[in-house]
Amino acid sequence: MTSSHRWRLSPITQRRLQVFRGNRRALWSLGIFGLLFIFSLGAELIANDKPIVMQYDGHWYAPLLMDYPETEFGGFLPTTADYRDPFVYDQITDNGWMLWPPVPFSYQTLDRDVRGPVPSPPGSRHWLGTDDQGRDVFARVLYGFRLSVAFALALTIGSIFLGVVIGGVQGYFGGKIDLIGQRLIEIWSGLPMLFLLIILASLVEPNIWWLLGIMLLFSWLGLVDIVRAEFLRARNLEYVRAARALGLPSRLIMRRHVLPNAMVATLTFIPFLFTGAITTLTALDFLGFGLPPGSPSLGELVAQGKNNLQAPWLGITAFVTLSLMLSLLVFIGEGLRDAFDPRHILTASQVKRPVAPEPRIPPDSPRQENLP
Amino acid sequence: MSDNRLFELRHLTVRFGNDLAVDSLDLHVDRGETVAVVGESGSGKSVSVLGALGLLPTGTEIEGERRFDGRDLGEFSSRQWNALRGGRVGFIFQEPMTSLNPLHTVGKQLGETLRLHQGLRGQAARRRISELLRQVRLPRVDELMAAWPHQLSGGQRQRVMIAMAIANDPKLLIADEPTTALDVTVQQEVLALLDDLRDRYGMGLLLISHDLNLVRRHADRVVVMRHGECVEAGPTTDVFETPQNAYTRQLIDSVPAGRPLPVAEHATTLLSADSVSVTFSRPKPFLRPRPPAFVAVEPLSLQLREGETLGVVGESGSGKSTLAAALIRLLPASGEIHFNGQRLDSLSGNALRRQRRGFQIVFQDPYGSLSPRMPVADIISEGLRFHHPELDESNVAERIIEALEDVDLPPDCGHRYPHEFSGGQRQRIAIARALILKPRLLVLDEPTSALDRTVQKQLIELLRDVQAKHGLSYLFISHDLAVVRAMAHRILVLKEGKVVEQGQCEALLEAPRSDYTRALIEASSLT
Repeated sequence: MTSSHRWRLSPITQRRLQVFRGNRRALWSLGIFGLLFIFSLGAELIANDKPIVMQYDGHWYAPLLMDYPETEFGGFLPTTADYRDPFVYDQITDNGWMLWPPVPFSYQTLDRDVRGPVPSPPGSRHWLGTDDQGRDVFARVLYGFRLSVAFALALTIGSIFLGVVIGGVQGYFGGKIDLIGQRLIEIWSGLPMLFLLIILASLVEPNIWWLLGIMLLFSWLGLVDIVRAEFLRARNLEYVRAARALGLPSRLIMRRHVLPNAMVATLTFIPFLFTGAITTLTALDFLGFGLPPGSPSLGELVAQGKNNLQAPWLGITAFVTLSLMLSLLVFIGEGLRDAFDPRHILTASQVKRPVAPEPRIPPDSPRQENLP
Repeated sequence: MSDNRLFELRHLTVRFGNDLAVDSLDLHVDRGETVAVVGESGSGKSVSVLGALGLLPTGTEIEGERRFDGRDLGEFSSRQWNALRGGRVGFIFQEPMTSLNPLHTVGKQLGETLRLHQGLRGQAARRRISELLRQVRLPRVDELMAAWPHQLSGGQRQRVMIAMAIANDPKLLIADEPTTALDVTVQQEVLALLDDLRDRYGMGLLLISHDLNLVRRHADRVVVMRHGECVEAGPTTDVFETPQNAYTRQLIDSVPAGRPLPVAEHATTLLSADSVSVTFSRPKPFLRPRPPAFVAVEPLSLQLREGETLGVVGESGSGKSTLAAALIRLLPASGEIHFNGQRLDSLSGNALRRQRRGFQIVFQDPYGSLSPRMPVADIISEGLRFHHPELDESNVAERIIEALEDVDLPPDCGHRYPHEFSGGQRQRIAIARALILKPRLLVLDEPTSALDRTVQKQLIELLRDVQAKHGLSYLFISHDLAVVRAMAHRILVLKEGKVVEQGQCEALLEAPRSDYTRALIEASSLT
């Protein structure tokens, strides 16, 4: 559309931002969660079994980006170089140098040089110890966090799309469409998702896309009711009726006039979808029906903690990670909910400055200006 | 001053933070007298009275001398305040729907006030309640005591509110817009009741209202307020006959006047409806036959010529909005509708959408009918962009400016959001949105009812200008015959979905044939 003033925040958005900013716990949670997620996005730079850059025989190499055969560094096998192999390691350090990430283990690196039996306790070599296969727990937590959040994000976006479209169509058109749709959804929500997942896990090799797809089949159900209710309410608003009188087609009315109303309820629901997705993924991994073996998964760490009670760092790490992640999300969700609650009262600390009244355009008619 | 003085305010000033809401107001009410505070919305008329009686939220600053019955209100303790409010001062608020608790029966709510202030219980309380309900002239008192608020009509609820207000024999009765939410025909009865009660008990009555007609008939003295200041005060007859202040004069003059331009001799018929009716089916109770459908509009026929205005009048619930929505196919209806020679009722989907640009509608509520999330230019141009995708940006911008000029709004206000405009300006935006499609018929569904009188008058003049300029036909819906007279060539009077009478505007208003029309005319004070 034409307006060059699109970017202007409407006062209602400004007020919501103000409320959210006034909630210090939510603000901090959002900051910490954002930092953690950005941090985990760079997991390859923090925990990896390859050097970030290296020089060998006067040539530059970037093993993080490219695979080099072992023969390149004086080895015998034409396979991808294992930089942690003592022979390759010595070859390279003798003829150049390597810059390693702070944690020289990836999530699936088996540390063969670990002293003592695995799982080995935390120490300078493994900050959070190793699991029962000798893999670095810190690296696994870092990659596992990223995978969980990315999975939850994808699932949430997918659920919102499906939920808003289906709920919107039901709510806007109402009548028979609504009636039939609601009954179908009731039947669909009667299907036990967890059992279906377990059955499917035995039929196909479950990878992250399978899990995402199957969970997507069910996770939108919660959103439908909210969106439907919002659309039902909004379709009788006067400006929606005015748009119908203008002769606009339903899809335009829904997108431009009704959807912005329903988005408020949807946004408040997001944190719940998000935490739900993370919890489900963790639960499936814990049971062993989730991600393929070897994937960095928090649920698997929980299972290891249960199986190795003599190694409490496993259970404690899993617990702290999960509770931190879920608590932060719940706090953010609380802040969002308050921000979108029209009855939420701004406390004194939230109102920093009185908002100056908007300049008004001249009164209704020039006639009034002559009056005292 | 005399012993007769009941309530007095001197230099009352009310502040919300930095905003001055009421500036140095003087006001007094004597026993047995009705004093009216008039002004447009936002003039501080309610705030001043509520503030003086400590009914505004904490944080409001109140200065000035307040005396009630010879005692200084500024020195009252909170216990004395409670005894005053609801005891010696009774309140009647605007919204009878929300001022009664929906979870308690009428009898219980009345009983509560009696118990708190007079300690009445059991039989004594019951006797007093039925006596009160009879005093406010409610029928079937015993049944009513056990009734829930939702079972009562708006007028009945307001009567219950009045019964509550007079339950403790107050000396002063404050009525804050007591009839605004009521039907025009009910308004008169409620006010007559208030007058009667005032005379019988010698109370002082403080009437807060924006309606000058009502004030003129019922008040002994008037205080006119504007922007928190008293502009003029004095006996009603003096103020109305020789207003000293220009603003007062403008308020009095703002009764809609004038007549629409006559219709051309050979104007063709634009809209014709043949036995159009609207029914809503009721839900079927379990295991019982479905009750008969609710008939909102009984079969009726009407014609509207080019450039002509047909006024549809009736009280709320008479089916006038339903009829309008049905005629422009926003509601399903049976019967034949022809628009501009084309049959409308058989169209659907895209064919109907294409026709829609020919007939547009303006709704009553200027706050609800504009999407709060879109700038004005987008609101106005939305329909244009859809119906004329061939127009480029500069053409659209031109048409937007043209439409804004048609409704006397500055052409550069397109980038603002609706909340930055007053009610009257929003209604102009809604009209611009309709006009930009160059329709031939405009349905105006109570377009002026939510507006102040002065704004109402301007809007009516604007609508007449637009009609003259574009040769539009109007279907004008209103409950206010004063407005309809200024707009309509012909009138159709509806009651409970049935046509009571119809005819040329002047003739019908001069010689109404039904009592119902007469009541409507009476309520609009067309004299």
